[in-house]
Amino acid sequence: MKAIVAVKRVIDYNVKVRVRSDNTDVDLANTKMSINPFCEIAVEEAVRLKEAGVLSEIVVVSIGTKSCQEQIRYAMALGADRGVQVETDANLSSLDIARVLAKVNEEEQAEVLILGKQAIDSDNNQTGQMLAALMDVPQATFASEVKIADGKAQVTREVDGGLMTIEVELPAVITTDLRLNEPRFAALPKIMQAKRKPLVMKTLDELGIELSNSIELLSVETPAERAGGIIVSSVDELLEKLRSEAQVI
Amino acid sequence: MKTLIIAEHDGQYIKSVTLSAVTAAAKIGGSFDLLVVGSNISAVASSAAKIAGVDRVLTIDDAALEHLLAEFVAPVVKQLAADYTHILLGASTMGKDLAPRIAALCGVNQLSDIIDVIDADTYKRSIYAGNAIATVKSIDSLKVITVRGTAFAPAIAESGSAAVEAASATVGSANVRFVSSQMSTSDRPELDSADIVVSGGRGVGSKADFDKVYQLADKLGAAVGASRAAVDSGFVPNDMQVGQTGKMVAPKLYIAVGISGAIQHIAGMKDSGVIVAINKDEEAPIFNIADYGLVGDLHEILPELLSKI
Repeated sequence: MKAIVAVKRVIDYNVKVRVRSDNTDVDLANTKMSINPFCEIAVEEAVRLKEAGVLSEIVVVSIGTKSCQEQIRYAMALGADRGVQVETDANLSSLDIARVLAKVNEEEQAEVLILGKQAIDSDNNQTGQMLAALMDVPQATFASEVKIADGKAQVTREVDGGLMTIEVELPAVITTDLRLNEPRFAALPKIMQAKRKPLVMKTLDELGIELSNSIELLSVETPAERAGGIIVSSVDELLEKLRSEAQVI
Repeated sequence: MKTLIIAEHDGQYIKSVTLSAVTAAAKIGGSFDLLVVGSNISAVASSAAKIAGVDRVLTIDDAALEHLLAEFVAPVVKQLAADYTHILLGASTMGKDLAPRIAALCGVNQLSDIIDVIDADTYKRSIYAGNAIATVKSIDSLKVITVRGTAFAPAIAESGSAAVEAASATVGSANVRFVSSQMSTSDRPELDSADIVVSGGRGVGSKADFDKVYQLADKLGAAVGASRAAVDSGFVPNDMQVGQTGKMVAPKLYIAVGISGAIQHIAGMKDSGVIVAINKDEEAPIFNIADYGLVGDLHEILPELLSKI
């Protein structure tokens, strides 16, 4: 059984983002970039499913400039078998990304498509659901546990107020939540091996995709800083402030 | 301009996040209908009819819709979409699951988790874990939007008298089956709509010590939250996590106990009315955003607070 895992190159989650002084976007120049943490969890889950004998091949797909090959190689170092980079320097909308992934999968015919639930740059949480809609297959979003057997996936989802378990017939799209697994570290020999794994590059033209981003970014601002308050010296002073000054208790 | 709001409910009541979406719809302008889908929803539909400003309550009552799974609900919404310029959902896990599927079926993009309405085409939303605010404009003829509950006050759910009508839409089949749900049962208020939230972090020390946080919350009638560090340390279940990757909260009073104040936690609670931080490390970043900070050992401070409130 084949899996496609989509990965996105984003600002490293430990780096504090800066807004450009002209407010056109955030400033990513000379910023450390990494694989989106939710995508890393998606790769790890696929690798575990392969180690358990459920999957036979993991294809990792990323869309962007050549620099995103770095994240594809990283996914390979974790255990993915081969990579597809869809070359573009455009800023794609979630719908366009879903269209590209659906097109790639027309060729690959994977039965399991695993994506992170959201990217930590745009925080959209859309692509997996859109991909499932375009493919007309079920979506198991925000997964915290995945079991695959008999052409079906039983997925426990993190929902408001608790957990929900659903069963989807394959092919299906699964999106990962934080606690699905803890990704392994890429060991040096694996990083070296990953350099020799096959990676093909495709263009949007080859895939027959015309972009249609309908959302325009007008401006980006730094959020209003919350002014710091005061340090109180005792529980009594705290309660006094909360009662008479803030009047919240 | 006409907006369709997809209601989220528990079989009895409309959820607060939907009432916030109603407020956002009113800010967009024009008229708005509320769609209630599910199984045996007449009680929910009549409570929906009381929400102020709602033009019509549309219902689709079908056993297949019981668990509000996106594979069943999205095609139903698509059948109604032609009459609307905007489709709004609360940015809950249900809304986040459903909205992109509706948008893709309708061939349009989606706007996630808006925090302000500038005009009918233009919205503000937070990106990069709340470290930047983007103003975005959609040129789609149909805008599918999820609304952050804490950014819009809930609409009043008492004074309205909307007509309730059964919508005509066909419910199809899908390769998905509901198996089970495990909801946390608690008498405490819900985290995302409570007036007071008490959250504990790694500094609380252990699962047993977290009892002190629960006790303080119960004394204040508060909901209980946690930082990611406390969740990762196994002190509490993960649905209690406050932060960009957990719940976004904005109560009147937020008390952070033993929480250092990682960026992603602050992103989830910085819009609270009054923030109190209790931490033994006076350098903890949480003190930079707290209105009232108390430096000291929480194991001494919490019992004292409990006895004096």
